[in-house]
Amino acid sequence: MWPRLPPRAREEGSRAALIAAGSTIIVVGLILWIILTSEAWPAVQKQFFSWFHFKESFPDVLRGFWLDVKMFIVAEILILSFALVLAMIRSLRGPAFFPLRAIVVTYIDIIRGIPMLLLILLLGFGVPALQLQGVPTSRLFWGVAALVISYSAYTAEVYRAGIESVHESQRMSARSIGLTQVQALRFVIVPQAIRNVIPALLNGFVSLQKDVALVFVLGVREGLREADIYNARTFNYTSYVVAAVLFLLISVPVARFTDWYTERDRRRRQAMST
Amino acid sequence: MEWANTTWGKVVIGLVAVLAVVLVVVALTGGDDEDSAADTTAAPEETTTTAAPEETTTTAAPEETTTTEAVQACAVENLPLASAGTLTVATGEPVFPPWMGVGDDFFDVPESGTGYEGALVYALAAEMGFSDDQVVFVRTGFDEAIAPGPKDWDFNIQQYSITATRAEVVDFSDPYYTTKQSLVALPGSPVIGATTLADLADTRLGAAIGTTSFDFIEEVIQPNEPASVYDDNVDAIAALVAGQLDGILVDLPTAYFMTAVQIPEQGAEGVIVAQFAIEAAGADDYGMLFAKGNELVPCVNEALGVLAGGGTLQALEDEWLAQGGDVATITE
Repeated sequence: MWPRLPPRAREEGSRAALIAAGSTIIVVGLILWIILTSEAWPAVQKQFFSWFHFKESFPDVLRGFWLDVKMFIVAEILILSFALVLAMIRSLRGPAFFPLRAIVVTYIDIIRGIPMLLLILLLGFGVPALQLQGVPTSRLFWGVAALVISYSAYTAEVYRAGIESVHESQRMSARSIGLTQVQALRFVIVPQAIRNVIPALLNGFVSLQKDVALVFVLGVREGLREADIYNARTFNYTSYVVAAVLFLLISVPVARFTDWYTERDRRRRQAMST
Repeated sequence: MEWANTTWGKVVIGLVAVLAVVLVVVALTGGDDEDSAADTTAAPEETTTTAAPEETTTTAAPEETTTTEAVQACAVENLPLASAGTLTVATGEPVFPPWMGVGDDFFDVPESGTGYEGALVYALAAEMGFSDDQVVFVRTGFDEAIAPGPKDWDFNIQQYSITATRAEVVDFSDPYYTTKQSLVALPGSPVIGATTLADLADTRLGAAIGTTSFDFIEEVIQPNEPASVYDDNVDAIAALVAGQLDGILVDLPTAYFMTAVQIPEQGAEGVIVAQFAIEAAGADDYGMLFAKGNELVPCVNEALGVLAGGGTLQALEDEWLAQGGDVATITE
């Protein structure tokens, strides 16, 4: 799985790792020292990094965070599928598809310009207030719907960048062997396109994971809101640190995975081209 | 060290480093916090500002000079003001009747001196020796008011409930108003006609964040579905109109404003279902909020005491927080 390095290089590698670890400890230590010896630190520490409040707020924030994770997973699956459909429609050629393309372009332009918060409020409070028969009033439903609608517009553009990065000859070859436009996209272009934009998609993951918390305006008690409640009650900010730690536990591994994947992909391509 | 060269090895090292930093910070905070934990449980009401006025009187040693010294300490020119010569009063944005800015022309105009808190600020300022044009209003958010560090205002007044936990971080004046919780709903809501807490067990209730109303749902009513929480009452009303809530908990004066103005503005009709004849677990006392250690507190309390003793507070309450009407009660 890992390219075998000659012994010499491996030795140098581990030396480099040691140096990196050493300099990290020095830099982090220095920053910590400056902060921890400052005069106002005890007050700040009590309000932001209190072990007592950490323990007190943890169960509630964790329960709310679990809701974030569930909303995130549902939203992400819908976003990835819906955005791909949008991007494929936008990539269709020919005058016959003009109305479809125009609708998608308008959608993407408008949705990307609307603040997420407005979209959530509009769908979460506005639509249920219409009291239409058969339309759900659940704030979770509309909160996630708003996230999907908004993020799909951004994600569709990521896909489109991927689709456009596939060389034109691929499309032409696909068409020349008798595939329709949609078939060419589906079987030839899109698989290559997705591979090109996976780092950008994963970047969207990390971003969505935090934006999920915005549905709290609808009264949903997710992780950040539980931290909010604790803070409003006690005037102590440690609960936000709890939320941050939980969010980091997800976003850091995703970020590392993105780097690892990008690197692996780069190496494979190099291997192929040589 | 070979494993350290693999990508996953680096990931592990990175995570361990992050964890180590968190642990260091936590470990450094550990010692003090046992104390603060003890404070929270052991020091209930003393931590509020009631102790402060006594200090000023006791520190002024000889008995004859007590009054003059106290008067001098609280003379406008001697007050530790955020901005010399003016009383800088912070409040929310926007401010809502019946607390501040009452009347069509005065909505969100605290300088109008209308509303219970608006009128109180000017009465208090006059009692302390300020003229009306020496009173300046500034606007703050909730978080800004409670963040550590110096403040550029003297006190903040926006229906802050006095609690022991909050008093660890900020100082409060003596209470200037004590409220009862009440329940607001739309006609046809399942909460209509409720007379006991048990009647509310299966209803969906909500309140604004940071209010004792919210704590009242969580700790006293304890419905099966946890309380929903909103940034402010406007959002809570939106949820009510959207059919996502059966009722909103607010203090009674706010309930009057909600049903008279806010809910009709959102195109619906609201009713005050009942008020709660139950002492809240937390406090329902509103106090002015000061930065921790502000020496202005005893002077404000002194003026507040004069207003309360002279019947001014009651008169303001009668004028702005009309308790009229026959609101039903909910008991345990």
